[in-house]
Amino acid sequence: MGFFSFEPVQLPPEAEALRQEVRAFLDAEMASRTPLDRSWSWMGRDKDFTAKLGRQGWIGMTWPKQYGGHERSFIERYVLLEELLAAGAPVGAHWVADRQSGPLLLNFGTEEQRQFFLPKIAAGELSFCIGMSEPDSGSDLAATRTKAEKVDGGWKVNGTKVWTSGAHTADYMIALFRTDSEDKHGGLTQFLVDTKTPGLTISPIINLAGVHHFNQCVFDDVFVPDNRMVGTVGGGWKQVTAELAFERSGPERYLNCIQLVLEILKIASRRDDPVLTEEVGRLTTHVMTLRRMSLSVAGKLQRGENPALEASVVKDVGGVFEQSIPDIAQRLIEEEPTLGPGSDFQNVLALLTQEAPSFSLRGGTREILRGIIARGLGLR
Amino acid sequence: MSELRNILTDSVNGLFGDRVGRELLTAFDRTGDDGGLWAEVEAQGLTRPLVSEENGGVGGEWRDAHVLAYAAGYHAAPVPLVETMLATWLAEKAGLPVPEGVATVIDGRGSVSIVGDGPTATLSGMAARVPWARKATDAVIIADGPGGPKIGLVHLQDAIRIDANENVAKEPRDDVVLDATPVKVMPLPNDLPADGVLLYGAMLRAAQLAGALEKVLSQAVQYANERTQFGRPIGKFQAIQQELARMSGEVAASGVISEAPFEALDEGREAEWLIAAAKARASEAAGIACSVGHQTHGAIGFTYEHSLHFSTRRLWSWRSEFGGQRYWWQRLGQRATARGADQFWPDITG
Repeated sequence: MGFFSFEPVQLPPEAEALRQEVRAFLDAEMASRTPLDRSWSWMGRDKDFTAKLGRQGWIGMTWPKQYGGHERSFIERYVLLEELLAAGAPVGAHWVADRQSGPLLLNFGTEEQRQFFLPKIAAGELSFCIGMSEPDSGSDLAATRTKAEKVDGGWKVNGTKVWTSGAHTADYMIALFRTDSEDKHGGLTQFLVDTKTPGLTISPIINLAGVHHFNQCVFDDVFVPDNRMVGTVGGGWKQVTAELAFERSGPERYLNCIQLVLEILKIASRRDDPVLTEEVGRLTTHVMTLRRMSLSVAGKLQRGENPALEASVVKDVGGVFEQSIPDIAQRLIEEEPTLGPGSDFQNVLALLTQEAPSFSLRGGTREILRGIIARGLGLR
Repeated sequence: MSELRNILTDSVNGLFGDRVGRELLTAFDRTGDDGGLWAEVEAQGLTRPLVSEENGGVGGEWRDAHVLAYAAGYHAAPVPLVETMLATWLAEKAGLPVPEGVATVIDGRGSVSIVGDGPTATLSGMAARVPWARKATDAVIIADGPGGPKIGLVHLQDAIRIDANENVAKEPRDDVVLDATPVKVMPLPNDLPADGVLLYGAMLRAAQLAGALEKVLSQAVQYANERTQFGRPIGKFQAIQQELARMSGEVAASGVISEAPFEALDEGREAEWLIAAAKARASEAAGIACSVGHQTHGAIGFTYEHSLHFSTRRLWSWRSEFGGQRYWWQRLGQRATARGADQFWPDITG
């Protein structure tokens, strides 16, 4: 009975103790941040804040101590992440490195790569971006064309990556390049590219809200040394699949609009409007449910199980939920969205309404996730 | 999982899996007869998991009750299993005699009054849509009495009348007319709220909903893999895959949240808000799942001949019972707005 397995997770006392520690830290660090500031959350980059988290030991928490990690459990890490996101902390500068680049290097990196990169990531000193998508390769990752050719002492890269979030502030890119044009899936390899390498031109792609978040990255004879290849030649597809499971598994997949939920709640608390009260209740049931689902995925990581299928379910259900919130807010509360002078509600609504379309695009489109789920159901 | 839970899981799914099918459910629809199923449920000792061994139960945990309620929902078992589980637990908890056989529950607040106290206490009023009343020997009732709400045990043969009614799954939902009907009364235990029947009833219905949702999903997936159109199984079409994937998310969500209050009760934690979330979330999912389930099955699923409706008619009934979405949303919303935005997240993480 049941296509998926979402086992309940018991939070150990050390995780609850950590939660209180994180809350006290955030109360102090976040006091001056407005609801609009907080709405950026993991899209917001603040290197000072990231460095502070590094000093707290809250980046690379689960990694071995020999690489600068803290050997805490995935459950403790989950509690940290959900507290950071619920408070809208600006965690974008280390989010990708902590979530997927570090684990990728732990799984597939060389000893030299681990020793070089992981302690700096854990200290909050190194920022990463992910070079996967290309002009002709979005959901269809196997259509990757950017080519890495073997040359003396390394690889010569030519091609273009797009939608590369944060490339303009990142120190390194973990990029997927084609190393064999004959073998569609087996001809892909991952590399660590220093974003300051000559020949790599990073230019902004401005999003619909006028925000510089993602980039176009053009590689023109970019040299990547041999010791910056990750894993095996041709192993990129398999490695990326494992990496995407991490990318899809966290609480950021349902908490993007939490600040708007809170603004709706504040207005509902001031007005005696049964329609608003009812909607607050409904949103609460969804948050309670998604949190349990998401926590259960963290339990899978902790037990060393593959969370790919359940993570896709959480991201799909979570994405539908968070994407619905700006529309619900607009329907129930007669205040026009604006990023200019206005109420917190108006500001948060304006930002999140414009960000919401991306929630079901990045990290795997809704259609791709549902394809993965359909496979899990035995339909493909 | 405990050994007891494994045994219960195997027995209940074995029994319902073998016995509850189209034949039995069709007969139940026509005549209300369960084909001897209840007797087998009793014979296997599944009817009072929450009652102590001294009173003929198995002294199980709430999560054992979840296994049974979920299975009853999954298999669409046409027996008053959750009502009997709840009534026997309430009776023992309140120090009332634990009923034998089929028992049900009545939330009598606002409709039935307890008159007098002690051995001469009686009930008057009409309790509407009592589940399985005509089949039950006894009912456990919480109603207003002198000095506040009390809990009582009433022999339903002492009722003035039981007017038969039903839900759309043809399960009895009867009106029970009481007038100076004798009742054994006890004070409400401290840790049992006056809306205990509603609350625990909602929790058990939510578990049944989650089970029935899983069944509709599994039927829809199976059908999509079998039914061929345009030269291939319809499940190979992305349009079908995308919808079934969406539905599976709703089903998964309901399954996850439906377990939460049972777990909380076993651990001695507050369950009220988890019950509200479970009942509302599963009820909301029911509409989507029935829609996608039927759409996938096409016209055949809309016939009486096909068995899909045994589950979907139950989903359409159960989502309204013991409080529908609106009721539980309001209740959760009132709490959240009263506690304010600063408490929202701490309340979620409990």
